[in-house]
Amino acid sequence: MNKQILSAILLILAASAQAETVFVTLEKDNALAIVDPIAGELIKTVEVGQRPRGIAISPDNKVIYIATSDDNIIKMIDTETLKEIGTLPSGDDPETFALNPKGDTLYISNEDDSRVTVMDIAKKKVIKQIQVGVEPEGITVSPDSRWVVSASETTNMLHWIDAKTNIIVENTLVDARPRAVTFTSDSKFAWATSEMASSLSIVDASTKQIVKRITFEVQGVTKDKIQPVGVVIDKENKRGYVALGPANRVAVINAKTYEVEKYLLVGQRVWNLAFSPDQKRLYTTNGVSNDISIIDLDNLTVTKSLGVGNYPWGVAVKP
Amino acid sequence: MKILHYWRAMWGIIWRECWRFVTQRERFVSALVRPLVWLFIFAAGFRSALGLAISPPYETYILYEVYIVPGLCGMIQLFNGMQSSLSMVYDREMGSMRILLTCPLPRWFLLLSKLLAGTAVSVLQVYVFLGIAWCYDIRPPLQGYGWILPALVLSGLMLGALGLLLSSFIKQLENFAGVMNFVIFPMFFMSTSLYPLWKIKESSALLHRLAQYNPFSQAVELIRFALYGQFNQHTFIYTLVAFIVFMTLAILGYNPSKGMMTRKGGAG
Repeated sequence: MNKQILSAILLILAASAQAETVFVTLEKDNALAIVDPIAGELIKTVEVGQRPRGIAISPDNKVIYIATSDDNIIKMIDTETLKEIGTLPSGDDPETFALNPKGDTLYISNEDDSRVTVMDIAKKKVIKQIQVGVEPEGITVSPDSRWVVSASETTNMLHWIDAKTNIIVENTLVDARPRAVTFTSDSKFAWATSEMASSLSIVDASTKQIVKRITFEVQGVTKDKIQPVGVVIDKENKRGYVALGPANRVAVINAKTYEVEKYLLVGQRVWNLAFSPDQKRLYTTNGVSNDISIIDLDNLTVTKSLGVGNYPWGVAVKP
Repeated sequence: MKILHYWRAMWGIIWRECWRFVTQRERFVSALVRPLVWLFIFAAGFRSALGLAISPPYETYILYEVYIVPGLCGMIQLFNGMQSSLSMVYDREMGSMRILLTCPLPRWFLLLSKLLAGTAVSVLQVYVFLGIAWCYDIRPPLQGYGWILPALVLSGLMLGALGLLLSSFIKQLENFAGVMNFVIFPMFFMSTSLYPLWKIKESSALLHRLAQYNPFSQAVELIRFALYGQFNQHTFIYTLVAFIVFMTLAILGYNPSKGMMTRKGGAG
């Protein structure tokens, strides 16, 4: 009996000590910052290639994919050894990309060529290049793997690509300069941020029509500084979070009522967002103040901002 | 003299001061209105004008109104300390001080009791102010509300001792305006209550130096760190030493044979 209690205590202790690791791409340092967010410490930075921006972790948490834009490739880094284990030919200037839920296909935005490259990871081969609108940037795959949505900044459109056929089946016109797009966990809605319009469009995936448009207003901040970029939604679809760029705020949105509940002050030019595995914390990359902010989502408070290096851009979390 | 006598005298003084404060509703309201005006109006105007970098005890970016709350707690205590000294002058003019000081207890003890009474009132004011600030979404960690108590007691004693010292110099109630102009305002504005030290350094090295050595700055920083659950040894020692110095001088000032009262031609 005592042994059982002891092993239960040890198990609890082991679980609580299992801190996640946050990976941050540093655009100007050509490096990857590795952060222990529980201890609030920058563990180390490793060089990864020229101008690293987009980042994602494979579903098995073994590989980090990093778009090194000026090298024109996507690098594969081992999450344990932090050594390069391979590269993927992404096409010119890869900035953002999306990994499908299975983790076998990458969808890469090639901004200069107005194309989306579909990549088979195992074969390291391009399956298809899809012509989309001008300057594609934000890209995401729906959790049910049915849709790939690419947002083109200049055309102001969301392109709905059928993930089975890799063909665009529909386009949705949204506000000026769409930057990022994500799906609710039930794949029913796509949320797309529009940088120039200070807005967020919520699009019904079945009709491809905008069902709600949210405009952001921050007290004491001029409208031109409110530039929504990164967007994430929690698993329960209770709240969504939008990074507002030079407004230095993260907007907290009720995903049921679509009301903005709160604006949280973070570092300067907040760019991208990522949840902790238990979704109790949110990590933000702050491009100008060269740090990341840690948000406690239970209390909706920013608990810490931590210097990581020059121009933090993308962020991904490994359990 | 038994301890009971000491206790009864001290309790009597503290009770009188608290009772006076609570019954004087205007004083209670005005003591709260002053920091609230700063918080709601002054800080609101500066909300985004001052981009604050991260400096301890803060671990992330904060709005200006969050920054000035500890400074306003200090302001409450500064004004209260001066108000207590004003009441000393008043007591002296009215003659009640004479009764107090002829009490068969050591003078230092009576002055210390008076000081504790004033501090108790200021702590009460600060907690009410922090409660209102909480409703305004300025929410330091919960344990900070406990940690701040000893810091408030020490800073209240230090500022009260300064008030006592000043009151030993003031002959008449009318001279109190001078205290406002020459003590309260310079002490408040030349401190870290409204702007962090690094921000002051940007404008003037001299002002930075003055603000750095201003005991009020040290008290405000002690409060600031305590409110965020941290103990700042430097500010603690500085405030403690300032308290001892001011208190010693005040006791000397109130000594009928050596102090300022004889030079002023007698008092209370």
